[in-house]
Amino acid sequence: MNTEATDVQEGKMESAAPRTHAINIGDLGRENTVAEQGELDIALNVTELDLYYGEKQALKKIELEIPRNRVTAFIGPSGCGKSTLLRCFNRMNDLVDNVRTEGQITLDGEDIYSKHLNVAELRRRVGMVFQKPNPFPKSIYENVAYGLRILGIKDKRRLDETVEKALRGAALWDEVKDRLQDNALGLSGGQQQRLVIARAIAVEPDVLLLDEPASALDPISTLKIEELIYELKDKYTIVIVTHNMQQAARVSDYTAFMYMGELVEHADTNTLFTNPTRKQTEDYITGRYG
Amino acid sequence: MDKAKLGQHISQQFDEELEDIRNRVMTMGGLVEQQLSDALRSLSDIDAELAEVVISNDYKINAMEVAIDEECVQILARRQPAAGDLRLVIAVIKTITDLERIGDEAERVGRMALHFAETGGESKMLVGISHLGEHVRAMLHDALDAFARMDTEAAIHVAKQDEKADREYESILRELMTYMMEDSRAIPNVLDVMWSARALERIGDRAGNICEYVIYLVRGKDVRHVSMEQVEAHARSEHDD
Repeated sequence: MNTEATDVQEGKMESAAPRTHAINIGDLGRENTVAEQGELDIALNVTELDLYYGEKQALKKIELEIPRNRVTAFIGPSGCGKSTLLRCFNRMNDLVDNVRTEGQITLDGEDIYSKHLNVAELRRRVGMVFQKPNPFPKSIYENVAYGLRILGIKDKRRLDETVEKALRGAALWDEVKDRLQDNALGLSGGQQQRLVIARAIAVEPDVLLLDEPASALDPISTLKIEELIYELKDKYTIVIVTHNMQQAARVSDYTAFMYMGELVEHADTNTLFTNPTRKQTEDYITGRYG
Repeated sequence: MDKAKLGQHISQQFDEELEDIRNRVMTMGGLVEQQLSDALRSLSDIDAELAEVVISNDYKINAMEVAIDEECVQILARRQPAAGDLRLVIAVIKTITDLERIGDEAERVGRMALHFAETGGESKMLVGISHLGEHVRAMLHDALDAFARMDTEAAIHVAKQDEKADREYESILRELMTYMMEDSRAIPNVLDVMWSARALERIGDRAGNICEYVIYLVRGKDVRHVSMEQVEAHARSEHDD
């Protein structure tokens, strides 16, 4: 048993080694207070990413590494490109007309814009949750089982188990276990959002993209979502876009500040909120007009 | 973080709140400086009346600490300051703690001066201590000045003066010991001077602390418990702006 565990660990480390990079923090010219600074396992790697909506350039030469099993927050004023960048990670921008993307994004070392890539499989591996909860007008159970059924899973017992596991994972099980067959639209906004997260994690993704997941919720539901994010990062790499800077400060390990299509500063969250390097970052997070 | 950047918040009220706590620290600093110089004068002039004024005025400093503390807590709760604003509030909270303690030390010197005057202490014992007193008073003044101007170079300059204060304190102790050996009846008065010297030496340390907060405020580096070389390196590190 013991040897097996060691083998697995070693194997994991070997396969992870080529993808391991030092995060860019050292380049920002300050020592980092996070002990784990230095070697981090990188899940998503963005290189020289440009994105155009028609003539307009929305993302400019983005260079970014997103560490595995950590929460990375994107902050910045409206229209700065943070949601656009988030949507690049599961190729949601493919669905928008006139979008042109240059540069590279890799997930576990694999180019996600490669012609050979199965986009449906990518979106299974990179789940997404939006600002407004969008459950299907079906039962709670069917909402969570939906992705599994698409994957061809029919075995009732396996479906039951996965649905329960996903609902527990999304901290919703105790509230809905007695009414799994009720319509999901009867849940409160906060419950619906956790249901949507359960739906996303039921298919066991690697990455969760959260686009303003709590901005339509009341403060208590918001805190529940934030607590959930904290629990989920053990299993998933999480990228969250938020307008609420205090939320970014509370939930994220790393924060990236974007402004007018550029990535201005990317650092561990403690540093970024107490001692940012760039004046633009300081002006934004302290509420000054730059 | 420089002084010009204190303002310019989208919320003008927030600008005013930060400006207000900064101004109140300066007012409190001025009061502490006044207390210290009065305490020193009461000791060197053997002036019991002035010493009593010093002792009775300490409550004003305590009240200011409480009031500024409360305002800082309100800013933290209501504004959730970040980056330079956060560091300003933290630096203010720490600075007023040290200022209040400096006020306590000044009061202590006042008490010793009163006892010294009442028990007929001799002025020859006070030569060394007036010099030390002048030195730490200047340190306090310059530390407050560095805080007001957010000037890290001035802060380093002041912090370096503390070593001199420590040396003067040690030489005062040696001198006072000779008085005690010469005449044991002088011991109560020598002790007054010794406790005062100790209080002044502590004031030098606390003025040095304030300088560390200035460097934290401006550069975002915590320079407590590091060597002077590292303090200088941190204080001179440039932000990218």
